[in-house]
Amino acid sequence: MKKYLLKRVFYMALTLFLVATITFFLMKLMPGTPYSNQEKMSPEQIAIMNQQYGLDKPIWMQYLLYIGGMLHGDMGTSFQFSNQPVSYLISSRIGASAQLGIQAMIFGVFFGIIFGSIAAINRNTWVDTGVTILSIIGKSVPNFVLAVLLQYYIALKLGWFPIADWGGFAYTVLPTIALGVGPLAETSRFMRTGMVDVLNSDYIELAKAKGLSKFQIVYHHALRNSLIPLVTLIGPYTVALMTGSMVIENIFSIPGIGEQFVKSILTNDYPTIMGVTMLFSAGLVAVILLTDIIYGIIDPRIRLAGNEG
Amino acid sequence: MEEKMKLRPEDFQALEVKEELDAEKIAAPSLTFTQDAWRRLKKNKGAVISLFIILFMIVVAFGSTPFVNRDTLVRSQPQYANLPAKIPGVNINGFNGKAKVGDVWVDKYAQAGVSKDKYFVMGTDYLGRSLAQRIVYGTKISLIVALVATFFDLTIGVTYGIVSGWKGGRTDNVMQRIIEVISSIPSLVIVVLMLVVFKPGIGSIILAIAISSWTTMARMIRAETLQLKSQEYVLAARTLGQSPTKIAWKHLVPNLSSIIIIQTMYTIPTAIFFEAFLSFIGIGISAPETSLGVLLNEGQKNFQFLPYQMWYPAIVLCVLMISFNLLGDGLRDAFDPKTRR
Repeated sequence: MKKYLLKRVFYMALTLFLVATITFFLMKLMPGTPYSNQEKMSPEQIAIMNQQYGLDKPIWMQYLLYIGGMLHGDMGTSFQFSNQPVSYLISSRIGASAQLGIQAMIFGVFFGIIFGSIAAINRNTWVDTGVTILSIIGKSVPNFVLAVLLQYYIALKLGWFPIADWGGFAYTVLPTIALGVGPLAETSRFMRTGMVDVLNSDYIELAKAKGLSKFQIVYHHALRNSLIPLVTLIGPYTVALMTGSMVIENIFSIPGIGEQFVKSILTNDYPTIMGVTMLFSAGLVAVILLTDIIYGIIDPRIRLAGNEG
Repeated sequence: MEEKMKLRPEDFQALEVKEELDAEKIAAPSLTFTQDAWRRLKKNKGAVISLFIILFMIVVAFGSTPFVNRDTLVRSQPQYANLPAKIPGVNINGFNGKAKVGDVWVDKYAQAGVSKDKYFVMGTDYLGRSLAQRIVYGTKISLIVALVATFFDLTIGVTYGIVSGWKGGRTDNVMQRIIEVISSIPSLVIVVLMLVVFKPGIGSIILAIAISSWTTMARMIRAETLQLKSQEYVLAARTLGQSPTKIAWKHLVPNLSSIIIIQTMYTIPTAIFFEAFLSFIGIGISAPETSLGVLLNEGQKNFQFLPYQMWYPAIVLCVLMISFNLLGDGLRDAFDPKTRR
C-alpha cells in the first residue's frame, strides 16, 4: 500500500511537472507581447518593463525561475489585473468557486441517488420512463443554456432569486442548479443501473425471504452496495464542474476562478493562465488519487497494489 | 366391459410428411452480428427517431453548402435587422412576423417596411442575416467537430489501445503512463492552451480534440484486447504465422466493434458540447464564422427582448445532443444486450 502510494504520488508530481513545462513553452511560443500598446513605447521603456517582469533573461533561465517559483507557491505576477501576484488572484477567488462546486456536487449526487433509486425500484413503470427521459434531457441540455434560461425565467421574471452577483446563499441557488444538473443526470443513470443489478442479487432475495420491508431492503441492503461504483464518477464530475464554472460564473457574474480564467484568456494574461492551468491540473490529479484510495477502502475486493493498470 | 377392437392395416393412414424431421434444424434465418444488432436497434423507437433526426440534420447541413457558406454568412442587410420569424401561411403570433412589444403584438415586418413576399423562417439577427441560414451553418460546424472526434477515436484511440494491449510488458506500461498523464490534464486546459497559442477557430478546436478525445477509447480497447489476446482463435492465428497487423485487423477489430461503436457514440456529444461551450465563452469559433455556440452567445445578450434569437439555436443544439445520446444508448443496448435492463 505504501509503495503503491509513493508510486502514485511520484506520477502525480511528474504529471504536474510536465504540465508546467508544456504550458510554459507554449506560452513562450505565442505570438504578440503582453503590452497592449508597444508601438507607443520607447525601447528604453520596453527594456524596463521586460526587466520588471523578468522577460529580459534567456528562456531557459525564465523556465528555471518559473519552476522554482512554482515549488514555492509563487506563480508570478499577473500582466493584467493591476499587477497582483497570481497566487493572490487565485486565492482571493477560490472560495466562491469551491463553494459553488461543492454545492453543485452535493446537489447533483444527492438528487441523482434519489431519482436513480426510485427509477430502479419502479423498474419498467412510467416512473422509470420519466426519470430516464429527464436524465437524457439533463445530460443533453448544455449547462450554459440552462443557466441563461434559469436566470431569465426564475430570477428576472419570477424574481425568486437574485439575477447575478455573489452574496449570501440565495445568490448561489441558481448557479448551483445549473452546474449540478449534469452530475444529477449522470448519477441517476448510473445509480439506476447499479441498483437494478443489486436488486437482482441473491442477498436481496434473502432479505425479501426474511420478510424485511421494502424500505429496509432498499435502505440497508441495496443502497449501500449500489453506491460503491459512484465513487468512480467523482473524477469526471470534478472536470465537469471546472469546465462548467468557467461559463456559469460568467453568466451569473460570480467572482470565481473560472470567470478569472476566461478573462485572462481573452486578455492574454499568460501568468494567470498558467497559474489556473496548474491549479486545475493539480486539483484533478489529486481527486483521481483520492478516488482510487477511497475506492480501495470502501470496496475491499479491489486491492490497490495488486492489479496494476 | 372389455371390447375387442379389430384393427386392420387399412385403418391406419400415413400422415403426409410435411417437413424433414430434424431436431437440429434452426427455424429462424441465421443473422450476422450486425443484422442482429440492427434488429434490436429497430425495436428502440427513441433510437430510430434519433437516427432519422441525425440523418436529416446531416443532409440539410451538408446539402445546403451551395446556398449557405462563408460568402452568404457575411452578407448583412441592416434593413432587415432583428426581424422575428415569419413562415408563409402560418398565422400564429410569433411565427407570422409579429413580435411582442410591451404587451401588444406588433408586425415587425410592416414596421421595418419589408415587402410582403419577403420572409425569414426563423427571423434575422442584429445585422439582418437570416437566422435559419446561420443555424444550418452552425449545425454543420457541430457535425464536422463530431466527425473529427470520431475520426481520432477510431484511428488514434483504437490503434493505441490495440498496440498497447497486444504488446504488453514494458511497451504497455509506458503507453499507459502516457495516457495517465494526458488524461489527468483536464481536456479543457488542453483546449484553452491550443486556442491561446494558435488562433481561435475550427483548426485549434480540432487539434485539441485530437490530443484529448481518444484516451478513454484507447483504455477500453486495451482492456478488451488483453482478454481477446488469450483466446484460442488468436493463438491459432499466431501459431499459423499470421502477422500481428493481420491478426489485429481480421480477429481483433471485428470482436472489438461493439465497444468501438458504443464508445464513439459517447465521444460525439462530448465533442459537440465542447465546441459550443468554447464558442459561447468567446474563445472558440469567432466572427465571421459562426456556430451554434456563437449564436447562443449572441442570442443570450438580447434574450430579454428578442428571445427567439436564443431559443432557436438552443433548441437545435439540444435536439442534436439528445439525438446522439439516445442513439448512443440504443446502440449500446443493441450491441451489448447483456447491459440491457
